[in-house]
Amino acid sequence: MKFGFSGEQEEFRTVLRRFLTDRSPTTEVRKLMESPDGWDRAGWRALNTELGLTAVHVPEAHGGQGFGYSELGIVLEEAGRALLCAPLLATALAASAIMNAGTEDEQAALLPGIAAGDTVATLAVAEDGGGWDAADVSLTATRSGDGWRLDGGKSYVLDGATADLIVVLARGPQGLSFFTVAGNAPGLARRALKTIDTTRRLARLTFAGVAATPLGTPGSAAEPFARTMLQAAAMLANEMVGGAERLREDSLAYAKMRYQFGRPIASFQSLKHKAADMLVGVELAKAAAYYAAAALDEGDDDLAMVCHLAKASASEAYLQTAIHAVQIHGGIGFTWDNDTQLWFKRAKGSEVLFGDAHAHRDAMMRNWAA
Amino acid sequence: MEFTEESVRAAVRTWLEANWNPDYGLVEWRNKLIDSGWGVPHWPSRWYGQDMPTGLLPVIDEEFQRIGAVGVATAGIRRLAAATILEHGTDLQKEKFLRRSLTGEDTWCQLFSEPGSGSDVAAATTRADFKGNRWVINGQKVWTSSAHHADWGLLLARTDWDAPKHKGLSYFIMDMRQPAVQVHQIRQMNGHASFNQVFITDAEIPPEHLVSEVGKGWAVTTTTLMHERRSADGLRNDSTGYDRPGRCYAEERTEIATVQEPYKWYPQRRGRVDLVIQRAKETGKIDDPVVRQEIAKLMILSKTAEWTARRARVAQAAGKPPGPEGSLGKLVLSHVARAAARVHTQLSGADALLAGEDGPMEGVIAEVLVSVPAISLAGGTDEIQRNIISERVLGMPKEPNSDATKPFRDVPRSASR
Repeated sequence: MKFGFSGEQEEFRTVLRRFLTDRSPTTEVRKLMESPDGWDRAGWRALNTELGLTAVHVPEAHGGQGFGYSELGIVLEEAGRALLCAPLLATALAASAIMNAGTEDEQAALLPGIAAGDTVATLAVAEDGGGWDAADVSLTATRSGDGWRLDGGKSYVLDGATADLIVVLARGPQGLSFFTVAGNAPGLARRALKTIDTTRRLARLTFAGVAATPLGTPGSAAEPFARTMLQAAAMLANEMVGGAERLREDSLAYAKMRYQFGRPIASFQSLKHKAADMLVGVELAKAAAYYAAAALDEGDDDLAMVCHLAKASASEAYLQTAIHAVQIHGGIGFTWDNDTQLWFKRAKGSEVLFGDAHAHRDAMMRNWAA
Repeated sequence: MEFTEESVRAAVRTWLEANWNPDYGLVEWRNKLIDSGWGVPHWPSRWYGQDMPTGLLPVIDEEFQRIGAVGVATAGIRRLAAATILEHGTDLQKEKFLRRSLTGEDTWCQLFSEPGSGSDVAAATTRADFKGNRWVINGQKVWTSSAHHADWGLLLARTDWDAPKHKGLSYFIMDMRQPAVQVHQIRQMNGHASFNQVFITDAEIPPEHLVSEVGKGWAVTTTTLMHERRSADGLRNDSTGYDRPGRCYAEERTEIATVQEPYKWYPQRRGRVDLVIQRAKETGKIDDPVVRQEIAKLMILSKTAEWTARRARVAQAAGKPPGPEGSLGKLVLSHVARAAARVHTQLSGADALLAGEDGPMEGVIAEVLVSVPAISLAGGTDEIQRNIISERVLGMPKEPNSDATKPFRDVPRSASR
C-alpha cells in the first residue's frame, strides 16, 4: 500500500490549491450559499473545464483522465478545504455508480458528458427514513411496455434539485436495480430542502410513474451499490479532512494573532494542548482517508472495514475540530460574519451524510463478525 | 567515493558471502565486521565507517537479513553512547569506547533523570567537583535502565551553580564498577522492577572522561536524547538468528535477553490491542452493540496510528522534510493504550477484578490494566509531548520560564525530603 503522495500528485495538489484559493474565497462561498441553487453553473463549468475535476477518475476510454481514488481524493480534499460550492461530490459519486453498475455501452453513453463537465449528475439512494443501506430502499421500479417506470420518493439527494442526470437505486421485480433519470423528466417533482450547511444542497424527489433507463442488469445492483457506498465513504472522508485541516490552521493562526492578558492566547498551555490534540485528530483522520483511497485503487482484503473506518474517523475529527475552532475564536467565532461557522456547518452536515460515525463503526465491526 | 544503491548492495553482498559464518564468536565476528567498514558504514572512515549516506543503510540491512548475518551491537543504549562519543568525544575516548561498544563487550546506562528533575532534565543537581586531579561526583539518578549490569554510565552533572541552569552542566563517562556507585531496583505499580535508582557518593572520574568541555554538557545531552528519540521507532531488538544454530546467534540471543528481561511487560503497557478481537469473541461481547462501538473506536485509533507512523517513515525515506505526522507517534500511543485498557475492562466484566492465574489470560489482562499508565509517562509525558508538538510543529510560543537566566542556585526547587 502506498503511504505517500508522488511528486506529480503533490504538484497536482499545489495547482488545485492555487486555483481554488483564487476561485473559491469565502466571499464567493457566501455569495453562492445565499443563491437559490447553491452553486453557479457558469462558474463551475469554467473551473471544471480548466481543471477536469469530474474527469479525474473516469477512464480515458470514456473521456476521462483515468486516474484513481487517490487523485480524486486530492481533488475532494482541496475542494473541502476551500469549501467549494459545486456539485463535485454528487457528480463524482454518480460517475462511480455508473462505472460500478453500467455496461460498457451505458458507460460510453453517460460518462463522457460527466467528464467533459456538460452533465451534472447525482446519486439518489436514501429515502425519507434517511438510511443509506440497501434494506432502506422502497422506491419501486415496474415494467411498462418496453421500458421501466419509477414510483416513490428519494431524499437527502446531493444537488438533487439541480442535477441533469439522476442515478436512482430502486427495488424492481428482480430485486435491487439502478436506473438513470433525466433531471427534468416528466412525473419527477424536485424540492430543495432547507439544510444546516447551505454550501451543500440536498433535495427531496418524488417519482410518479417516471420513465427510467436501466443501468446494468435490473436486479443485479446489490454488489455495485455496496461498492459505490464504500467509495462514497472514502470520497467524503477525503473531502472532510481537507475542511478539518483548514479549520485547524485558521484557528491556530487566530490564536497566534489574538492577544489577551498581554500575551498571545497561543502562549497559554490550555490552548497549546488543545492545538496539539487538534493536530493529532486531523492527522489520524487524514491517514485513514488517504489509506481508504489507496485501498480503492490498489485493492485491500479489508476494503469495507477501511472505508467505514475512514468515514467514522473523519466524522469525529472534523466536528471535534470545528467545535474547538469556534471555542478558540471565542465570541467572534459564534458570529455569522466569522468564517468558522461555514466550516462548522459543513462538518456537521458531513458528519451525518452517508451515515454517522456510529453507523460506520457498526459497519466496520462486521469485518470481525463472530 | 560515489555510492549508488547497486554498487553498495553488490559490495556488501560480496563481502558477506566471503566472510559471514554463524560459527564465529560474537565479539570475534563483530571485530571483523568493524574492521571491514560494514558494521557502521555511515560513520566516518577514520572511525570504522565509510562515510556512507544514511539513506543507503536500509539496503545494507536487507543484505544482512538476506544472508542472516549478525550486525554490530544495538541492544540497550550502547548505540546512544557510541553516537554521542562519536560526535562529541576526544580521539582518546573514541579509541577507548567506540569499538567495545560496537562489539557489545561494554554495556552502558544513561544517568540523566533525577528524583528532582524528571521532565526538566536540565535541572539536575548531581554535582561534579574537581578535587586534586579528578572529578568527584555526588548525587542521585533515577529511572536508569540497565544500571545493574552496565560497565559505563553517561552522566549529566552540575559543575557550576552560579551559571544559569543549562550552562552549568557537564557530561562525563563514569565507571559504574566502583563501590561509590550503588544501584537499587525500583519496584513499579505493576510489580515489575525495570529501572534503577543510582546513589553516587564520592565517585571518581578521571579528567580524560569529561565529554566536550566543562559547562557544555547540555549540548551533549541533547545529542544523546536526539539519538534516543530517533531510534525509539526503529530499534531492532529481535535476534538475527531466532532459533537457528550457530555460536554467533546463540551469543547474540543471550546479549538481547539480558537487556530485555526487565521489560517483558512492555507489550502490556501499549494495551495489547492485538488481543481485543479474540477476547471479544471468546467472551461473546463482540455481539454487544455498546462494546462493539468501543472496540471500533479503539481499532480506528490503533489503525490510524499505524498508518500515520508509516506515512512518517515513507516521508523520511523519501528525504522529505519531517511533517507533523512524525511528531505525534508518542502521544497517539498513549491514546491507543488507554482506549485498549478501557475495552479490555469491558470485555472482562467482573474478571477485570482478578490478577495472576485467577485473572483473564493468566494475568495478562490484569497486567495491561496496571501497566498502561506508564506509556503516558516514560520517554516524555503526554503533557511534554503536547508542548513539543505545539511549540516545534505548530510554532506556538514557548512556555514562559523563570529559571533560564538566573544563577541555578537561586532557582526554586522541590523541597528535599
